[in-house]
Amino acid sequence: MPSLKDLRTRISTVKATQKITKAMQMVAAAKLRRAQAAAEAARPYAARLNSVLVNLAESEISNPSAPRLLAGTGTDKMHLLVVCTAERGLCGGFNSSIARLAREKALALIAAGKTVKIICVGKKGNDLLKRQFAKEIIEFVDLRSVRHIGFENADQIGRNIIARFENGEFDIATLFFARFRSVIQQIPTAQQIIPAVMSSRDVKGPISQAVYDYEPDEAEILSLLLPRNISMQVFSALIENAASEQGARMSAMDNATRNAGDMIRKQTIRYNRLRQANITKELIEIISGAEAL
Amino acid sequence: MAGFAFELVSPEKLLFSGDVEEVVIPGIEGDFAVLKDHAPVISALRPGVLSCKDTKGEKQVLFVRGGFADVSTNGLIVLAEQAVPLTEMNDERFAHEVKLASDELASAQTEDSRRLASERLAQIETLRSVVRH
Repeated sequence: MPSLKDLRTRISTVKATQKITKAMQMVAAAKLRRAQAAAEAARPYAARLNSVLVNLAESEISNPSAPRLLAGTGTDKMHLLVVCTAERGLCGGFNSSIARLAREKALALIAAGKTVKIICVGKKGNDLLKRQFAKEIIEFVDLRSVRHIGFENADQIGRNIIARFENGEFDIATLFFARFRSVIQQIPTAQQIIPAVMSSRDVKGPISQAVYDYEPDEAEILSLLLPRNISMQVFSALIENAASEQGARMSAMDNATRNAGDMIRKQTIRYNRLRQANITKELIEIISGAEAL
Repeated sequence: MAGFAFELVSPEKLLFSGDVEEVVIPGIEGDFAVLKDHAPVISALRPGVLSCKDTKGEKQVLFVRGGFADVSTNGLIVLAEQAVPLTEMNDERFAHEVKLASDELASAQTEDSRRLASERLAQIETLRSVVRH
């Protein structure tokens, strides 16, 4: 049976925790707004790049000398999984849901007899996967020191992936991240980036049928565009992830704050009951003492 | 004079969107100007200066690093890796650009990419000397 003092300390501890979770929630809300704006701002570029690429790729894909980034290596023996997660925890199921999706995919590929290599972007994904896939993880990209993710960070990762591809280290690359749907919904997504998958459904408006002039020629433009497209996809994955992370943290901290509130209410009732019981007990003692005289 | 739709986008944001009269683009095979009803062209860009004149005749000059210009019947879209107003380009920024280009040169593996990277580096160096004076 806890004493009155025990209960008092317990209530004040929970109150302190609640203050922290509340503050984290508000910070996440502010960061979310910024992250969402960044994600929004990147969309025009991605859409335009995609529409140019779709235009080009349709004419080039049948070409036997099409770049390997577009056509693939012709095999699918070696897979590269690029797992993008957050650098920090306390954001609900955000990191673990991405890691779970990656883990399922990796296990399925291994069971099918393929070779799997993993690049972890973000510390939490690395922490979650390194025990099971210590041999498969070939690199861990740490973005902890980066306060605001810029295109250059993504470009570095993109170049790294392409360099590995050109060395023949893998045939198919897949990107794992959480797509931001809303504050309470983030969808873990696997997206294949090499060979490029053209999604003409994303193209806004009709694809212009006009005959383009290319400067330099089509093949060279395509070979310049494809690496950039990969960097861009990594970039949009990273900023979608950033928005998702803040959204997940916001709702997790909102829950935590509410739970703390419930706990405080319950403990306060308990505390008041106990206090009243003590008073009643003392009164009974005094009264029965007086009656005995 | 009638203008046409022009959009300048970088991966991080939409930098400009509106009607313009004339845009001069630093294409990889030389500068070219785009006016209304230009024939459809897709061109790669070299690091250089992009200048555009809007319908009121106001001129904007920007430094762009790499990217693409897409001239279609709907207008002109420039996808630049980076775009900075030329007046904001200082020595520090140029030094950064030079460093990026030389890093790329150092890490280039194939003959083609080495050639491209060294061209880029040379272009940035020229631009720097021109802007300084």
